[in-house]
Amino acid sequence: MIDLHGYGPRLAEGALVTVELAVLSLILAIVLGLATASAKMSRNWLLHRLGTLYTTLIRGVPDLVLMMLLFFGGQIGVNMFTDWLYTQFDIDIFININEFVAGVVTIGLIFGAYMGETFRGAFLAVDNGQIEAGRAYGMSHWLVFRRIRFPQMMRHALPGLSNNWMVLLKTTALVSVIGLSDMVRVAAEASKATREPFTFMIIVAIVYLLIASVSEWGFARLQKRYDIGYGEAD
Amino acid sequence: MESLMNWLQAQLADNSIFTLQTLSYYGDGLVTTVQLVFLSLIIGLVLAVPLAIGRGSKHAWIRLPIFFYCYVFRGTPLLVQLYLIYYGVVFVEGIQDTWLWVILEKPFVPALIAFTLNTGAYTTEIFRGAIKSTPKGEIEAARAYGMSRALMLRRIVLPSAFRRALPAYGNEVIFMLHASAIASVVTIMDLTGAARFVYARFYAPFDAFLFVAAIYLCLTFTIIYFFRHLEKRLLAHLKPASG
Repeated sequence: MIDLHGYGPRLAEGALVTVELAVLSLILAIVLGLATASAKMSRNWLLHRLGTLYTTLIRGVPDLVLMMLLFFGGQIGVNMFTDWLYTQFDIDIFININEFVAGVVTIGLIFGAYMGETFRGAFLAVDNGQIEAGRAYGMSHWLVFRRIRFPQMMRHALPGLSNNWMVLLKTTALVSVIGLSDMVRVAAEASKATREPFTFMIIVAIVYLLIASVSEWGFARLQKRYDIGYGEAD
Repeated sequence: MESLMNWLQAQLADNSIFTLQTLSYYGDGLVTTVQLVFLSLIIGLVLAVPLAIGRGSKHAWIRLPIFFYCYVFRGTPLLVQLYLIYYGVVFVEGIQDTWLWVILEKPFVPALIAFTLNTGAYTTEIFRGAIKSTPKGEIEAARAYGMSRALMLRRIVLPSAFRRALPAYGNEVIFMLHASAIASVVTIMDLTGAARFVYARFYAPFDAFLFVAAIYLCLTFTIIYFFRHLEKRLLAHLKPASG
């Protein structure tokens, strides 16, 4: 079939790194997004400001710059902290920030801001009477969230969520720049070594399209599930 | 001018990183970034209008290729597209013997091509959505006046579609500004390229990248402000009458 000059297995490993990175940062982004949405809707003045500051700052700066800041600057920051621990308390530890962790944290941080906006809109779309009814039944705040707010909110959040996921998936390509061996980096190396850029880059492009198509199908199924009880209304 | 330079020099006297020299790197980078983003947006916009009209064509041989183009360029990372064009252009048969090679040799043009094709695909989708949501009554009115298809597009459909597309297009402009940071990967000295250079030179990640982040933030806010102003003017008729 296609001659990959022995780069096939490494390309497959790279694809796995891409998927792992994307899924882990999605989880982080969802957690951060829920926290941000709650902070932005809270009556607490400080929390509200903090949430707004976070989403504005993150969405105003390119992903690549943030990634480099965190990856190159993160290690120095951590070293300064461990040095301080050593001189103050005689605790000698060494923490190494690898590319994978830096990638997950940055992508999670960036998309946490976007998710925050998505979730805020979705939370506001849930009828207040539903929540009041839950409270009237004597449910705790957490139980109201789990049983009433979250399932109804997801219906409104899913379109935005799936959009964010598609963008996030494509953003993972950037980690190849800070040195993580994801599929794009392997393909770039292979292109330079074999002088066949078309072969490798087109394979990578097809894998991205494949992942996107599969997740589109998955989101359609999820949407169906969360739309139960709403029929064809919208 | 001289006194300004002297004043700047005095201000930067006890600063080892942000000397006039490094600031000029950032300045050149700013120019490159703005050129790259502006040119690709303009060309992409010109490309997107006919494509968006063709995307709704009755003929499958017009509709499907455009759909395929949008699907591929919106479904794959810009970095992959950039690599494909940047590394691939060398391998086009006989290109190194033609006059084209003089401009393609530098990374600027391959990057411009990649960015243009990318933003073209996104903009096509944005316009497509706007054209599709044209109120039926407007089209019926145009038909009733006996307008031809071309006249109707030019006078009725496109002007109102552009206005409806404005908010989404503003987001696309910001997205493009942020995506342009990728240009630094293929050795272009744009804003991010300048920051990477300063970082490598002084090993000062916080100074180098926070400074450039602040510049990007200012650019983003300028774009947001500009589009808000445009929307206020062009979409005034869609606002509720009171307030």
